[in-house]
Amino acid sequence: MTSLPNPSPKKLGLVIDLDTCVGCHACAVACKEWNDGGDFGPLPDADPYGAEPNGVWFNRVHSYAVEQGTARGKREMTVHFPRSCLHCETPACVTVCPTGASYKRADDGIVLVDEDKCIGCQLCAWACPYGAREFSFERGTMQKCTLCVDRIYNETLDPADRKPACVAACPTRARHFGDLGDPDSDISKLVAERDGYALMPEFGYKPVNRYLPPRPRRDGCDVGDVGATSNAPRDTALDRDKLPGVLRWLDRALSR
Amino acid sequence: MRPTFSIIFFTVASGTGYGIWFLLGLGLAVYWPTCAAPGPEGPEGVSLRLCTYPLLIDYMLAAGFVLVTTGLLSSLGHLGKPRRAWRALSQWRSSWLSREGVAALLTYLPAVGVILPTITGWWQTRTLSPTDAFTPWFPFEALRPIGVALALGALVTVYCTAHIYSSLKPIRAWHNRYVTPAYLLFALYGGLLWLWALSTLPSGFIAVATRTFETHATHAALAITAAACALLKFFYWRDIDRTPPISAGRATGLDALGTVRTFEQPHTEENYLTHEMGFVLARAHSRRLRAIALLSAFLAPALIAGAAALLPFASNILAWPALAFGMLGLLVERWLFFAEAKHAVIGYYQH
Repeated sequence: MTSLPNPSPKKLGLVIDLDTCVGCHACAVACKEWNDGGDFGPLPDADPYGAEPNGVWFNRVHSYAVEQGTARGKREMTVHFPRSCLHCETPACVTVCPTGASYKRADDGIVLVDEDKCIGCQLCAWACPYGAREFSFERGTMQKCTLCVDRIYNETLDPADRKPACVAACPTRARHFGDLGDPDSDISKLVAERDGYALMPEFGYKPVNRYLPPRPRRDGCDVGDVGATSNAPRDTALDRDKLPGVLRWLDRALSR
Repeated sequence: MRPTFSIIFFTVASGTGYGIWFLLGLGLAVYWPTCAAPGPEGPEGVSLRLCTYPLLIDYMLAAGFVLVTTGLLSSLGHLGKPRRAWRALSQWRSSWLSREGVAALLTYLPAVGVILPTITGWWQTRTLSPTDAFTPWFPFEALRPIGVALALGALVTVYCTAHIYSSLKPIRAWHNRYVTPAYLLFALYGGLLWLWALSTLPSGFIAVATRTFETHATHAALAITAAACALLKFFYWRDIDRTPPISAGRATGLDALGTVRTFEQPHTEENYLTHEMGFVLARAHSRRLRAIALLSAFLAPALIAGAAALLPFASNILAWPALAFGMLGLLVERWLFFAEAKHAVIGYYQH
């Protein structure tokens, strides 16, 4: 059923600390490894050892340079930014699904894909502004972060290990897991203390995950935005050599 | 967004097919029954005006059927698991894709309803021997509700198709007020192109010299709809050019701290997201492709319709290049609709 369930008081999710994340990709690798062998796996890759490996990862770690103006001139700060499913409260990826394969769990809010029902139309991936869903051409179905639902309730694991693989793997403890619906939980307190924020709230999907902004630097400089000098995004350059034959011809014909 | 041929062909072919069925349904609901009433008794007996152009109904049904069905089958080619496609009919309460599937299948019912009286050869028999005394087993008035159902089904299906795209907020070029009217109008326009061409076939109405009103009406409707489509597309393009893409700063929320640029991409090779949603070829050539789409889809057929209005004897031949230009242009337009659309997730990958 792709209609959304009534909002549950329990909202399991992640809090990611952009101050301490060092961009090591351990979360992404641990996630890939667990989910390749977990209840929802495998996560097959195309051409894994070849020239152009391609495959599904539930976690992608971006690295950004943030240019800031200070009293002593411009300064660049590096921010590593892990991106994964935010387990939104009102996710469009669930409601657009024509088959009922994409669903939100009523009791803890985890958003999952039922691999046996998914027809691989990919509409859910189009509906997600956060890029949380990746389609597996090998399996023909949509894949996404499960919040390690096969770990967090797994009674065969030691209680200390009943958390998502990415959280367990993070060497700097930049990732936290818990109930964001409970204001008294450790993770909710952390969000309140550090002014955790949601990504692109303007879409109205109410992400559950929160990001903790980098702490102010201790170099005594006041930070201010240097302005929108280069904030306009540049278009991705067209790599003409990589185009397939017909498109390369079309490109050349149109470039004349 | 990466333009996938299966989806481009699906939306253009099915949209046009539903356009044809919409016009057929409209014709059956308001036009044909009034014509079909037994006319005055002449030297040959009671004439039926309907039988002057009996085959146009068959042509429109068949063309609509072929276009709608090949389009729908083509859309299955986009699926990772086409054999499970039947599951897509279940979530009509929340999903526009599911609603489209249900509406598409339901629209076949009135189409079959039109087939029944035609395949029994009823129209043809009357043409061949209009002097027969007969009681039609199928009353003309019964065509009205079937026509209404066919037109409504076609309208609702294209509306659902348009809403699949216009409901996707992360793609601003689709979550746009012009998208739904454009899908509906382009479907009607495709239907008109086909109506003109099909009516030139044997026993279509334009073959009959007395059908000048219908001929002129078709030319005029085509030219007016082409102009409306081109205007709509112009405003749409102006609108999407004014909305800047989402920046990395906004996507990450880091713009509160400063100016954000990508320092290192999360992966060295392409992944599903950059492959599917980071298509750049069209934007490199968008001006030229837009001109090609406008010229081929709308301007050329409108000019040809104008020429046909001035040279009625050539109308039968001119219908076909108009159809060819129009359909080719609609395919280019739909290709651009996908290729020019930027997905919000590309904000994370901005340089």
